[in-house]
Amino acid sequence: MSTLSLDAEALYAELLRGVRGLLRPGGVLVGIRSGGAWLAERLQADLGLPATPGFISSALHRDDFAQRGLAGGGGATALPFAVEGAHVLLVDDVLYTGRTIRAALNELYDFGRPASVVLAVLVDRGGRELPIEAAFAAARIVLPAAQRLTLAREADGRLDFELRGGAQGR
Amino acid sequence: MRLLVRGARVVDPASGRDETADVAIADGRIVRIAAAGAMQGFEAERTLQAAGLVAMPGLVDLCARLREPGQEHTGMLETELAAAAAGGVTSLVCPPDTDPPLDEPGLVEMLKFRARKLGRCRVFPLGALTRGLQGQALTEMAELTEAGCVGFSQADVAMKDTGVLLRALQYASTFGFRVWLRPQDAWLGGGVAASGAVATRLGLSGVPVLAETIALHQIVELVRATRARVHLMRLSSAAGVALVRAAKAEGLPITADVSINSLHLTDVDIGFFNPDMRLVPPLRQGADRAALRAALADGTIDALVSDHDPVADDMKQLPFGEAEPGATGLELLLGLALRWGADAGCPLAQALARVTCGPAGVLGAALGPLAGSAGRLVEGGVADLCLFDPGGHWAVAPERLASQGKHTPFSFAATGMALPGCVHATLVAGALAYEAGPR
Amino acid sequence: MLARRNPQLNAHGELIHLLSIEGLPRAVLTQILDTAGTFLSVSQREVKKVPLLRGKSVFNLFFENSTRTRTTFEIAAKRLSADVINLDIARSSTAKGESLLDTIANLSAMHADMFVVRHAESGAPYLIAQHVAPHVHVVNAGDGRHAHPTQGLLDMYTIRHYKRDFTQLVVAIVGDIQHSRVARSDIHALATLGVPEIRAVGPRTLVPGDLAGMGVRVCHDMAEGIRDADVVIMLRLQNERMGGALLPSAGEFFKSYGLTPDKLALARPDCIVMHPGPINRGVEIDSRVADGSHSVILPQVTFGIAVRMAVMSTIAGNQA
Repeated sequence: MSTLSLDAEALYAELLRGVRGLLRPGGVLVGIRSGGAWLAERLQADLGLPATPGFISSALHRDDFAQRGLAGGGGATALPFAVEGAHVLLVDDVLYTGRTIRAALNELYDFGRPASVVLAVLVDRGGRELPIEAAFAAARIVLPAAQRLTLAREADGRLDFELRGGAQGR
Repeated sequence: MRLLVRGARVVDPASGRDETADVAIADGRIVRIAAAGAMQGFEAERTLQAAGLVAMPGLVDLCARLREPGQEHTGMLETELAAAAAGGVTSLVCPPDTDPPLDEPGLVEMLKFRARKLGRCRVFPLGALTRGLQGQALTEMAELTEAGCVGFSQADVAMKDTGVLLRALQYASTFGFRVWLRPQDAWLGGGVAASGAVATRLGLSGVPVLAETIALHQIVELVRATRARVHLMRLSSAAGVALVRAAKAEGLPITADVSINSLHLTDVDIGFFNPDMRLVPPLRQGADRAALRAALADGTIDALVSDHDPVADDMKQLPFGEAEPGATGLELLLGLALRWGADAGCPLAQALARVTCGPAGVLGAALGPLAGSAGRLVEGGVADLCLFDPGGHWAVAPERLASQGKHTPFSFAATGMALPGCVHATLVAGALAYEAGPR
Repeated sequence: MLARRNPQLNAHGELIHLLSIEGLPRAVLTQILDTAGTFLSVSQREVKKVPLLRGKSVFNLFFENSTRTRTTFEIAAKRLSADVINLDIARSSTAKGESLLDTIANLSAMHADMFVVRHAESGAPYLIAQHVAPHVHVVNAGDGRHAHPTQGLLDMYTIRHYKRDFTQLVVAIVGDIQHSRVARSDIHALATLGVPEIRAVGPRTLVPGDLAGMGVRVCHDMAEGIRDADVVIMLRLQNERMGGALLPSAGEFFKSYGLTPDKLALARPDCIVMHPGPINRGVEIDSRVADGSHSVILPQVTFGIAVRMAVMSTIAGNQA
């Protein structure tokens, strides 16, 4: 069996290229907490956009509240622009079942009606449970359901992938 | 019936007897107690093999509520006297706060008659000190004594008018009747828990120790003035114990008791507002419990009582302050006396004295013909016995209690501890009032 | 006696009922305060609702009247998309003699998911929590003198909002602490969050010595109690206290313990003044202070809705 190795930094470079092509003039970047938020911060700076991107927390609209309770931490939603009529580019680290994106869309709609929403992700790992797709993914892979793929940010800002569970990792 | 109890460890605290012996019983009396194997010429119709068991005088409980008159329809007298027998209790005193209160000779006679017919346990009622327990007019104490009352009491109803209390004591002392009083000031005793850190933290209205000590000072002064004989019911505090010790040292005719609850529990046991801990007097602090235990050991407190009260479920399953105070106790008295004795390092006879000859001594002449033999094992005396296994332990399971009162702080589920002393048989007037089922 | 697990926490240490601040670990309190911050921002949006309690029925069971508290709970529940039913018990079945537990059983049969209970007897919510089905949660909206945990939490949120660090503060609570469930909850919360000095200020009849057992410094002198305080919490004085021979009059109380501008001058210059409401002007607090720049009494109310949303969503998400 070949070992899977994901270089987050290399994929980020790819993501930057894709987002540059996807972002409309006057469009806004919104990162989904927490991994998408880190990506959006870097993208905002690297694209030379002013101020900060928007951040969305999916916590209040998650569909697994009854099983898992209120997820703590990560930070709140902060959107420094009018959602009404905006062209939003949503950024997230890993696209899997699609439920986080669904929750983030519901959260976005609590602020107003956007003109359009497109999605760019670092990794699309398949396994969708809802009809949701990314307009751009820096990498497309398939992982067993038992494995968890998460993005981590080091103290110096470097991005890193962590793969847990199953044959690969702890 | 002619009955032989063979091979038990016969313990009679009053005489100091503690030996393996046989006890011969006939016509309701103890005919002979002889060293094991030395019994000659006694034809028994039934022999109880009691090797490994302790044979003690039947327990004398100075406070158990039977709720009759008042709850005849619930079969209360039947179940509660069965509970007494299951607990090894052969004589009990019931307070006068029944419905109606025991202030008429007819009510007392009826209660005694019904109890006698059931034959499970001897019932000695206390008469009301004042009519209707209202604290105004005296009751016919001589008539009530003739009907069977062993003393007079206001139960838990505080006596506000010191003038009436003074005259009641004077009147009672004319005839030598004992007055049983709960030392609780009428104005300070309204709280639901003992004043202190626990009541403060839980936001429960408190009963300060002052409620007991002020009342004790008052009672001691009245006894000094009238020389009336007074029995103090349910001491609860170290300060109260100190006052009683001083009064006894002075030679005043005062006796005292403590409940199984105050002897073993403190206010911390209220936990998360457990209504089974809603008791009167309220549970006090550790230092008070220690003083009560020392006082019971040195005889300052004469008797340990069950303070039995069969409170119904729907009166207990209420917020703490609204719950009716009281707990079941008849079946726990022996076990809790043994547990206290073991904790205190007392010899068995001393622990058992507090539930046999000690309380019988408080009743004294009021026991009438039983005065010499209740709470004792004497040849020629009445055959009231309790046979128990000192090595056995049993878990208190409320649903298995004979009493209709299922609420107790001592359930195994609450404490994780089993009680010592399993009662095998209880004899009243030489007849089996209770016999444990096969193990 | 066996040690009992705090009935508010499940076997994993997660909050399933909010009955009292006592026995709750600091992490649980902090998590609720953090969550409240999120809900505060929700209250500032166009769409103030989130779907966390959608389809759930919250029954407000107020055995003691309180339109204010009941209203804030109702708003909080509705912002979580819950269905809210208000039960004014004084006029309903309990007045006809139905027991507390029978009332709860009947309401549970109507598929109640959460009970918000205010009762005149200390400990009543514990009895209720013991007898509800595993999926039902209980929030104590005030029981007798014992606890008012949501008020305690919103008071802590307020202090954290203005002062940030609990571990450097001097907090004075002034008034009828003996009879106050708010004071007890505040004291437990302040202690758990690490406040080094908590003072209880009032006359001996309302601030008895054995309060020291709760970890407070008892002060009978107002000036000494207020001096250099960072936070002053004024408690409401109820009229019943005059009737119970605890105080001679509201006027005399105001002279000794009322918070006036010159008493407030003894506290730190950046001191905040709090009050659980409703305020008695001229009894415990002077109007100039209640309406002045130190007062955070109105923000407390706003924070109260967010805190109650945080409490309800936290417990609803945890299994028994």
